[in-house]
Amino acid sequence: MNNHEPLIHIARRSSIAWWKAWLIRLASAVLALLVCALFIYGLTNLNPVKVYAAMWEGAFGTSRRMWITMRDTAILLCIGVGLAPAFMMRFWNVGAEGQVLMGGCATAAVMIYLGRSLPTPALIALSCVVSVVAGALWGIVPAVFKARWNTNETLFTLMMNYIAIQLTCFLVAKWESPPGSNSVGIINQRTQAGWLPSLMGKQYLINVILVLAITALMYFYLKYTKQGYEISVVGESENTARYAGISVRRVIVRTMALSGAVCGLSGFIAVAGSSHTISASTAGGRGFTAIIVAWMAKFNTFVMILIALLLVFLEKGAVQIASQFGLNDYASNAVEGIILFFLLGSEFFIQYSVRFRSHGHRKEAEEE
Amino acid sequence: MKKFFSLLLALCLVLSLSAVAFADGGIAPEDLKIGMVCIGDNNSGYDIAHITGLEEAMEAVGVPAENVTYKYNIGEDETAADACYDLAEGGCQIIFTDSYGHQSYTQQVASEYPDIQFVAMTGDLAALSGLDNLSNAFNHTFESRYVSGVVAGMKLAELIAGDELSEENFDADGNVKIGYVGAYPYAEVVSGYTAFFLGIRSVVENVVMSVRYTNSWFDITGEAEAANALMADGCVMIGQHADSTGAPSAVQAYHEAGHTVFCVGYNISMIEVAPDVALTSAGNDWSVYYTFALQSMLDGEKLPHDWSAGYSEDANFIFPLNESIVAEGTAEKVAEVEAAIADGSLQVFDCSTFTVGGEHPTSFLALDVDGDFNGDEGEAIRDGIFYESDPELRSAPYFSLRIDGITELS
Repeated sequence: MNNHEPLIHIARRSSIAWWKAWLIRLASAVLALLVCALFIYGLTNLNPVKVYAAMWEGAFGTSRRMWITMRDTAILLCIGVGLAPAFMMRFWNVGAEGQVLMGGCATAAVMIYLGRSLPTPALIALSCVVSVVAGALWGIVPAVFKARWNTNETLFTLMMNYIAIQLTCFLVAKWESPPGSNSVGIINQRTQAGWLPSLMGKQYLINVILVLAITALMYFYLKYTKQGYEISVVGESENTARYAGISVRRVIVRTMALSGAVCGLSGFIAVAGSSHTISASTAGGRGFTAIIVAWMAKFNTFVMILIALLLVFLEKGAVQIASQFGLNDYASNAVEGIILFFLLGSEFFIQYSVRFRSHGHRKEAEEE
Repeated sequence: MKKFFSLLLALCLVLSLSAVAFADGGIAPEDLKIGMVCIGDNNSGYDIAHITGLEEAMEAVGVPAENVTYKYNIGEDETAADACYDLAEGGCQIIFTDSYGHQSYTQQVASEYPDIQFVAMTGDLAALSGLDNLSNAFNHTFESRYVSGVVAGMKLAELIAGDELSEENFDADGNVKIGYVGAYPYAEVVSGYTAFFLGIRSVVENVVMSVRYTNSWFDITGEAEAANALMADGCVMIGQHADSTGAPSAVQAYHEAGHTVFCVGYNISMIEVAPDVALTSAGNDWSVYYTFALQSMLDGEKLPHDWSAGYSEDANFIFPLNESIVAEGTAEKVAEVEAAIADGSLQVFDCSTFTVGGEHPTSFLALDVDGDFNGDEGEAIRDGIFYESDPELRSAPYFSLRIDGITELS
């Protein structure tokens, strides 16, 4: 009876032991490293172990490199954490790039216009507030349209990015220094007004602490509050949510305001705590990379820490091997691509079980 | 007394130690470690010019090739500071950054590492920064632009003599129309197109030039569009100060559509992309400065805040002439003009050759000290000559006069 059974049988797993899931992830990471090694050796004849060592060196080799890795991880993580509630609601917010930029612009505006008249603590508090408002606004607009007229939020949030980028370019042209240079330069370089301060002599410690706090709060919010529960119900099924008496519209708008606000806050951290300048590349594609962070971590904000760290590690490693071995950026992008391919692929094997047609069955089929 | 002697002895010791330190200020070539921060990598013509310049310099002074660490694709943001910090901690004694926008980050790191020499190439803040270990350098690009203008002028003269221009190529006053595709409306570009224009006018007197800006250093489509708009307006010669091949390609296409038009490129030879229209390109040889900087490091000498040189030091040149289309006698004329620029007998910005608002300028303050972006000291015009990129003032261009005969369109 089984002669039409396919060679490979793919079935959705109902559940998987946590250790099995992590074993699959580990195996895929090992496989990814092996394929990368083949790729590196085949293309450049370099010793892959040395290349991996160089990547490690690039991300953690010196205390400064480690802090830079921490700084960039913090910002990427913060954006990922901001995306988590929207994605949990199955609202495709691909507009983080724009929300980050708006938060960044708001912060830069405060630093530029009020840098001379307000003390730094007030500047920081004010930038914090306006960046949250700016990011939230950028999130609310597509949410309202989605809630009222059921517009496509993927396109809408994506388009909002371009508006944000153009707006940023306009502001850069307005604030550029010197005129005509198309760059704002370091804002308040001499006075450091509005810059996040160093803690215990570590320039980026405060960024890390801030983001970890946001990460923990978001974890708590999504997992243990009524609103977090509403988000997951809307995400599972809007009809169920309606039946349960949840106002779907309100949840959508509220959740996107929160999502945009956290992304806006990431823009604040990027400008006041890291670059101290604003340009169209302040978000630098991190709004999109954070989508991977949020999804791979299945919206568990603590797992996001690991994913964000991995991605930043790969990026810093890539810069190092480019400079140490004279490998072009494309080579390191390929390595990054291979590793991501395997890690994303591992999720397939966690979701689905794959069985090959067993020998016994085939024999039976032959006998018939 | 005893105390006095021990004090004297200590003083002698200190003095002799510092004397040793001074005599020993140089570095052996194999010990010199160099850092180089690039805005692009070996895919960008601008970076290639710097990378090859540095490599030629290292070979010239005997520094082994492995002593340089490159940081590629470093943006004009905090990653530029990251890269400089990293190179500083990695033991580099001299660190170059190749883009103007890296400068404020270079300055930030330089202020924390006073023993390391930093050079913000094409920058303008070194002298004003108050830092001893921050320098700027810029070639006399305007000189090679003037020479490329002479090449263009020769061609125009030939076209006029052969009666090959049509009515649309002249304005109402009978001047020949030429066009220029510029990146940004600031001094570096203004100085460049003015030099190009003066080079043309040294051969053909009745010319007017229109300038269109793209607001980007590298925008293939934008540069092509700007060139097309200029050509549609009747411009018969297109110059450029932007890094892509957009304009020459557009000029080649316009030529193939049956129009008479030629162009002059920048940084790389455009003959490959525009074989029938590209006359030559203006170029910079950065190896001259890099050699000077590395040799100074080896000799233990301080680098000046500003360094600038042109033909007199072979730091500028034009790319090989497109022999099949340049006017007869161009090579000889170019050689003559180059020699005159090199020995100083020909000054590109001789105020008697141009007017601003109908008058020959007599005074121009080059340096902005109070940060309002208007010059408030440093007289650049002496004895009727505008000295551009005078190392005594600043290596980065400051010629921002809009002279009569040139119109900025966008």
